[in-house]
Amino acid sequence: MEKKDKGYNRRDFINNGVRITLGLSVVGTGALALARSSTGKDYVWQIDPFKCQQCGRCATECVKSDSAVKCVHAYDLCGYCDLCGGYFKPGAKLKTGAENQLCPTAAIQRKFIEEPYFEYIIDEDLCIGCAKCVKGCSSFGNGSLQLQIRHDLCLNCNQCSIASNCPNDAISRVPANEPYKIKGDFLKEEDG
Amino acid sequence: MLKKIPTITIFLLLISFLAGNFIQAQQRFPKPEFDSGYVQPSPTTPEPRAMALEYFDVFVLLAVLSLASWLAIKKRSRRGLLWLSLFSLIYFGFYRDGCICSIGAIQNVALSIFQPTYAISLTALLFFILPLLFALFFGRTFCAAACPLGAIQDLLVINPISIPSWIRKTLGFIPVIYLGLAVLFAATGSDFIICRYDPFVGIFRMDGPFLMIFLGITFLLLGMFYARPYCRVFCPYGVILGWLSRFSKWHMTITPSECIKCKLCKDSCPFDAIEVPSDQAYRDPEVSRKNLRKFILYIALIPVLTLVGGWIGSKSHIFLSRVHPDVYLAELMITNPELKEDEENLDIQAFLESGETFEQLVEQASVIREKYKKGGLALGGFIGLVLGITLMNQVVFRRREDYEPHRGDCFSCGRCMDYCPVEKPIEEKVKLKDLWRKPKKV
Repeated sequence: MEKKDKGYNRRDFINNGVRITLGLSVVGTGALALARSSTGKDYVWQIDPFKCQQCGRCATECVKSDSAVKCVHAYDLCGYCDLCGGYFKPGAKLKTGAENQLCPTAAIQRKFIEEPYFEYIIDEDLCIGCAKCVKGCSSFGNGSLQLQIRHDLCLNCNQCSIASNCPNDAISRVPANEPYKIKGDFLKEEDG
Repeated sequence: MLKKIPTITIFLLLISFLAGNFIQAQQRFPKPEFDSGYVQPSPTTPEPRAMALEYFDVFVLLAVLSLASWLAIKKRSRRGLLWLSLFSLIYFGFYRDGCICSIGAIQNVALSIFQPTYAISLTALLFFILPLLFALFFGRTFCAAACPLGAIQDLLVINPISIPSWIRKTLGFIPVIYLGLAVLFAATGSDFIICRYDPFVGIFRMDGPFLMIFLGITFLLLGMFYARPYCRVFCPYGVILGWLSRFSKWHMTITPSECIKCKLCKDSCPFDAIEVPSDQAYRDPEVSRKNLRKFILYIALIPVLTLVGGWIGSKSHIFLSRVHPDVYLAELMITNPELKEDEENLDIQAFLESGETFEQLVEQASVIREKYKKGGLALGGFIGLVLGITLMNQVVFRRREDYEPHRGDCFSCGRCMDYCPVEKPIEEKVKLKDLWRKPKKV
């Protein structure tokens, strides 16, 4: 058995050594993590509209029961069609009742602009992010309707629940200063 | 020409049917030129939470940690810690919706170290590091007052029962495995299991999938009797905090001056984290020799356990690697080739449409599986090593004269300080309502 005071000194010494080692390893881990990351800036989740295949999981897989994914209309691309593939069910007769609407929650408002153009506005309170209109618009139209994660609704979970279930890997982290991927904007950049 | 759009629509509709999805981004219908002076609206793109606010969160964490450490060690105020934990519950829990949290940040750190394509945000990194550094100096004050998950459980401790040491020690090993798995899955980019199975985040958000809410309520109900069940049986961050806290420079003490061995603190602690004065029996040469023999045996066991663990870990890498979606998909398509025809299986259909070949997928999957082989070895070795050291610690006796908090297990919640009848030696303030708690002078 060690004498009490001598024992304390030895233990203090060991404790100090271990503490410094542990402290350095914590800081070291952090430094390593930071060194491996080029920027250290913040990220948010966003859907790449070109990868999205409109499977419909965005409506169901979000941790929020009212999904943070909504349809966003890139007006720049819109053809303002009368027969809108995103608004009407395929084979719908024009200018008939609401049963011709594709959207299950009637979240798309159709507004007459001038002959023969119509504007389509998404009511985001009603939109559930099911991508039915997006599918219609991409298949038959310009693809101006697209899904985006709305950052006023998104909780920015550490691991996006939709991203882990997306069959197309369309959801990824994007820098927080460029939080949206709107189709028209991409095309503008390509044009120069 | 412009007026003919509906006819063109039908014509193009047919073409687009044939062309399929490949010309998605193409402008099938030219953008109209309006005569009526219509102004085109812009897409709605609400901004995410400002960066400044993210840094404000770090500042709040730092302030809470500092205040908690001061309250636990200097001020010795259980009430202060309680109010502070309530604040953290409201701020980090209900206001910030439980994200970002230090527990989940383990995964971001692991991912950024092992996946060069992922860059960790500074806030996540600071949320990971700050509580650890505080633990190294002041003990687990993060658990006491800064962690919203701890706070919600702590508030619901109603009738805690004392659990035998061997059950606690055995259950206390689960977090080590959980930590290892979480790091492995995060490092291979498979999944963030800590976040996926976070039981309280659904309660903080008052919304969430059924499993999340169910787990949360189960943990809260269980926590009425088995105090802080998540912290003690699952929390992977608590493992690291516990290790660091064992070597902390300062730590909360039960009594402000001298322990009178009244045992009140032992009864007050809902977490069985108070160690009793050591039994004199270990001084007996017979017992001592026996313990020494055990000690040597356990030390010799450490490398054996590490190797065995590593072997088991690397053997189970095929099983573990199925957590990664690519490996899962590749295996599924190899074992059930008929699923390729299944229209309902979105994952396989999406893969077939993506244009990637099956060989590429298998190639990717085998790269990931190779990572898992190394990862499984490290995971198994790590678990074996911790098991060995835990066993060794069972026979290491430290002479203890007084009742002391177990530095690894103690959450610094301060209940014991509140119960300790010993007053501060200098400020001998006798409160009337405390008189009954004062021990009789002998």
